[in-house]
Amino acid sequence: MTQNDVGTLLISLRKVTKTYGEGTATVQALNGVDLDIGQGEFVAIMGPSGSGKSTALNILGCLDAPSSGHYLFRDIEVDALTRNQRALLRRHYLGFVFQGFNLLSRTSAQENVELPLLYRGEDAAHRHEASRRALAQVGLTGWEHHTPAELSGGQQQRVAIARAIVTQPLVLLADEPTGNLDSKRGHEIMELLVSLNRDQGITVIMVTHELDMAAYASRVVRFADGNVGSDSMKVAA
Amino acid sequence: MNQMLLNALLLALRAIRRNLMRSFLTVLGIVIGVGAVITMVTLGNGATRMVSDQISSLGSNLLILRPGQQLGPGRESAGAANFRLTDVEALQAQIPSLRAVAPVVSSRVTLVVGSQNWSSQVSGTSNAYFTAGNWKIGAGRSFEEDEETAGKAVCVIGDTVRKQLFGSGSPLGGELRVKNFTCVVVGLLAAKGQGAMGQDQDDVVLMPIRTVQRRLTGNQDVSTVMLSMRDGANADQVMVQIRRLMRERRKLAESEEDNFNVMDTKQIAETLSGTIRTMTGLLGAVAAVSLLVGGIGIMNIMLVSVTERTREIGIRLAIGALEHEVLLQFLIEAVVLSALGGLIGITLAFVACLGLTALMNMPFLFNPGINLLAFVFSAVIGIVFGYMPARRAASLDPIVALRYE
Repeated sequence: MTQNDVGTLLISLRKVTKTYGEGTATVQALNGVDLDIGQGEFVAIMGPSGSGKSTALNILGCLDAPSSGHYLFRDIEVDALTRNQRALLRRHYLGFVFQGFNLLSRTSAQENVELPLLYRGEDAAHRHEASRRALAQVGLTGWEHHTPAELSGGQQQRVAIARAIVTQPLVLLADEPTGNLDSKRGHEIMELLVSLNRDQGITVIMVTHELDMAAYASRVVRFADGNVGSDSMKVAA
Repeated sequence: MNQMLLNALLLALRAIRRNLMRSFLTVLGIVIGVGAVITMVTLGNGATRMVSDQISSLGSNLLILRPGQQLGPGRESAGAANFRLTDVEALQAQIPSLRAVAPVVSSRVTLVVGSQNWSSQVSGTSNAYFTAGNWKIGAGRSFEEDEETAGKAVCVIGDTVRKQLFGSGSPLGGELRVKNFTCVVVGLLAAKGQGAMGQDQDDVVLMPIRTVQRRLTGNQDVSTVMLSMRDGANADQVMVQIRRLMRERRKLAESEEDNFNVMDTKQIAETLSGTIRTMTGLLGAVAAVSLLVGGIGIMNIMLVSVTERTREIGIRLAIGALEHEVLLQFLIEAVVLSALGGLIGITLAFVACLGLTALMNMPFLFNPGINLLAFVFSAVIGIVFGYMPARRAASLDPIVALRYE
C-alpha cells in the first residue's frame, strides 16, 4: 500500500461482499473487496457496468450495508452500526454528489444547501452564513434563491456539491458527477473537486467511466467482476 | 428534542409551501368532506327541533276531534254532522282524564280598525282553549264567565293581528269591526311564531263561541273540539273513551263506521320527527360519502406524489437525516394539512348553517359531536394517507429510496 504517504488511513474494506436478490436470481455485486483509502486522497473508481463500482461507493458512503466482510471508517466498525448510527456517520463525516443531482425540487439553492445543517441542529444564522459561503465556493453567488428548475445542469451539480461540502465533511463521495453534463461543464466540476481536495484536504472518492475525468484523480482503482482489478497511483504532476 | 421538533416543523412547512397545489388539493378534499357532513347533520337537527317545537307549541297531550272519517285518500269527510256544545259538555263531564275541552268554530273574515283592514281567522271558543292550545295571555285577560255565556262582543287577538291593525299602540280596549258588529279587545296572546305547516299561528282572533255562532256562522255547530289530557293519561285509552261516548251520542249502530275522528298531536309529532330523523340520517349518509370521496382524493394525491416523495426521503436520509426525523416531518405535514382542512371545513359549515337556518327560519343547533367526529375522521384520513407512504419509504435503504422509480 502506497497511499500512506498521502495521509493516515481513513477507510479500510476487508473481504467485503454484496449480494442482491435470492435463490437463482442472486447477483454477486461485490466479491471480497479489499481496499484502503487514506485521508486527503482523490480516488477515481473505474470499471465497466456491473463491475461493482457503484455498489462499492454506496457501501463506502454507508448508503448500503455489505452482506459480509468488514468496513472500518477511521476506528469505527461500520458493519456493526445500526441504521441510525450509519445515518449519523453520514451526517457528520460524509458528503454526497450524485449523477442525477438529487436536489429537492421547487426548493431554492440556499434551502437545499442548508438542509444537512438543519439535520445537524445548527441555528438559523449559522445555516444562512454557511450555506452562502458554500454556494460562493462553488461560484453560485447571486443564485441563492433560484430553484433547481431555474438552474442549468452544471449549476445544479454545483448546488449539490455545495450541499455536500457545507458540513465540512471528511469524505466527499461522487457517483458519476459529470455523467449528466457536457464535457465543458464536466471539466469545471472536476476542477472544483480538485480544488476542494487540494485546498481543504477533503478526501474525494469518485466513480466515473470517463478516462479524462478520472485523469484528475491522484489514484485510479479499476473494478472488474466485483473486485479490485488494478490500483494505480499517479505520479504527482 | 425541542430543537428536533422545531426543525421538523420548519421542514414540514417548507414542504407544504413547496407543493402548494398538492397541499391545496389535500386541504380541499378535507374541507368539502367535513363541511358537507357538518352542514347536513346540523340542518337536519335544526329541522327536527323546529318541527318538535312547533308541535309542542300546539299543546301538550292534545287530542283533536273532528267530524267525518279519518282523513286520507278515498275517504269522504264531508256530510258528517258537526258537534254541539252539549257534546263538549258531555265530554268534559264524563271523561275525567280530560283537563280541558275547548269547542272551536272558525270563520275567515275581514277585520277593520280605523282605516286599517286585515283578513284573518276568527275562532269562537272558550277559556279552555288557552289551556288546550298552550296559549299564554301576553297582556289583558281571558274571557269572563258572563261574556262566554251571554256571547258578548269581546275578543283576544294574536300578535300578528295586533301588528297589522294597531301598529305599535296598545290594542287593549280598542274596538275591532268584524262584519256588521264591533268587538272590544280585552286580551293579547303571547306570540308563538310559525306553525308546523308553515302557517302563522299568531294570525288569529278569539271570541266566545256563542258570539261567533250568533253573529258570524248563524248556527249551533261546533266544527272542531280540542281536548287536552291530564298529565300521565293514556292517550289510547282516552281516545277509546271518546270514541265510545261520541258513537253513543251520535247514535251510530254497531255496523256503522265512525263519522268523526280523533287525532293525537303527539303521534303526529312523533311521525313527523321520525320522518325528519330519517331524512337527516340519509343526508348524513350522503355527506359521509362525500367525506369518503374527499379521503380517496387525498389518497390519490398522496399516491401520485409517492415517487417524488420517496426520492425526497432518500435524499434526506443520504445527507444524514434519521428515519424518525423524516417521519416526524411527514407526520407534521399531514397533521397541519388535515387540521387546516378540518378547521376551514368547520368554519365554512358554521357560516353555511348560520345562513341556511336563517333563510329557512330554523333554529341553529351547534352540534359539537358531529364537528368533532368529522374533524377526527378527516384528520385520520389525512394522517393515514399522508404518513403511511412515508413510513414505508423511510424504512428503505437510502440508496433504494433514491433510485425509486
